[in-house]
Amino acid sequence: MYNDKVIDHFSNPRNAGEMPDADAVGESGSFKCGDTMKIFLKINGGKIADIKFQTFGCGAAIASSSILTEMVMGKSLEEAVRITNRDVADELGGLPPLKLHCSNLAADALHDAIQKYRAAQRKDKGKALAP
Amino acid sequence: MESRQVYMDHGATTPLREEALEAMMPYLQDKYGNPSSIHSAGREARKAVDEAREKVARALGAEPAEIFFTGGGTESNNIAIRGAARLKKGRGHLITSAIEHHAVLDVCKDLEQDGFKVTVLPVDSHGLVELRALEQALGPETFLISIMTANNEVGTVEPIGEIGALARERGILVHTDAVQAVGQLPVDVKKLNVDFLTLSAHKFNGPKGIGALYVRKGIAVSPVFRGGGQERKLRPGTENVAGIVGLARALELAVAELPQKTDHLTQLRDRLIAGLLRIDDVTLNGHPTLRLPGNVNVSFNYIEGESLLLSLDLQGVAASSGSACTSGSLDPSHVLMAMGLDHQHAHGSLRLSLGRGNTVEDVDYVLSVIPPIVQRLRKMSALYPQ
Repeated sequence: MYNDKVIDHFSNPRNAGEMPDADAVGESGSFKCGDTMKIFLKINGGKIADIKFQTFGCGAAIASSSILTEMVMGKSLEEAVRITNRDVADELGGLPPLKLHCSNLAADALHDAIQKYRAAQRKDKGKALAP
Repeated sequence: MESRQVYMDHGATTPLREEALEAMMPYLQDKYGNPSSIHSAGREARKAVDEAREKVARALGAEPAEIFFTGGGTESNNIAIRGAARLKKGRGHLITSAIEHHAVLDVCKDLEQDGFKVTVLPVDSHGLVELRALEQALGPETFLISIMTANNEVGTVEPIGEIGALARERGILVHTDAVQAVGQLPVDVKKLNVDFLTLSAHKFNGPKGIGALYVRKGIAVSPVFRGGGQERKLRPGTENVAGIVGLARALELAVAELPQKTDHLTQLRDRLIAGLLRIDDVTLNGHPTLRLPGNVNVSFNYIEGESLLLSLDLQGVAASSGSACTSGSLDPSHVLMAMGLDHQHAHGSLRLSLGRGNTVEDVDYVLSVIPPIVQRLRKMSALYPQ
């Protein structure tokens, strides 16, 4: 059902775990299947300096989270935000059709984290400019 | 502990036993006659089918004329339920339960579309059908009750004997899907008071693609399939002679070995359950005592069943889960949901179903590999309170 790359990322997930001092935490979940994902970001000079994930889900969901962290590590936020679920699935060498929504979760959690980081930045900037 | 291959998915299917294969071989090779043929090759095949029918009848406490060979459990269920309904010409009421196999539940849903009234009985948190709810559902139009003998996912053994007695005195037909029960529990059609009983060979170490339907003498069924006169027109089509012979041989042995097998499986089951419940945040699904000897079903909170199955498979253990991620439909097990489990617990369910080949060493191996897997997945889980 899964190819070797998916099994490898499932068995040896990269960057799994928590990040207590994250600059932003993104979440996504599938109401339908029940899978839940969290992405933690450490951002330095507009670039992703560190990334971690936590996933409650199937093999495809865990492998998608794992490979996503590799894909965006060191990337600028502009580059990271352009990553789609399709890119994640392609990077894994494909997923079974019914499991494609699992790669959505990974991209969604990343986008959520970036959006939250940017919103917090705007708020901070607003504060700094205030008299 | 040294790594090993452990098959604990006997609820899905079982390996074909040697004696059944041996009995089948002549009918796959030299004895290829069609039982409907007049010549000696045909008569030889006919004799094999007749003898098999006698063996199956004896195993179930039935008469040979009450046994019909079919293509398997799904087919038997369809023939019984649709066959009984067809005589009602689209009118009447049937009762089933929320934890039936789809081969019963979806047939009933189909009949509902055709105009029949259908009651799907709820179950309690152990997966038991409540007799009081059943009695309340009975009406003047009720003609059929279809409740499984034992559930395939959680192993709960239903009170079929009582349901049968209750229905018989009211003139209502009872069908039971005994696919999981035959070969694990004593199954006697007289004691169960049923009119139809479904069994499938590959669940008791027989071949796949062959099953049987018991139809009580005098009960009329309208055939679902049309064709030749085989199986007294109830299941037309040239007989799967080798399959029939294999089914009968496997069933004969399963019934003879039942007392020892039940003891053996119960011991392994209880050892496995006790070991699993020592892990934190694990709950047993199903009934604590009214349970198939070979069934273990637990939920691991905070982790998802498919990732558990994948991890177990990498360690050589074959099992199954009621998780949405393994269902092929994104919905978690309808059985676990009907028992009132929340989405997360259904998602984290694991079924280990034992069979005659399993040993204490297998159980101990499984108990040694599960805790580290659970710990690893929980550490990764977005839901686990870290």
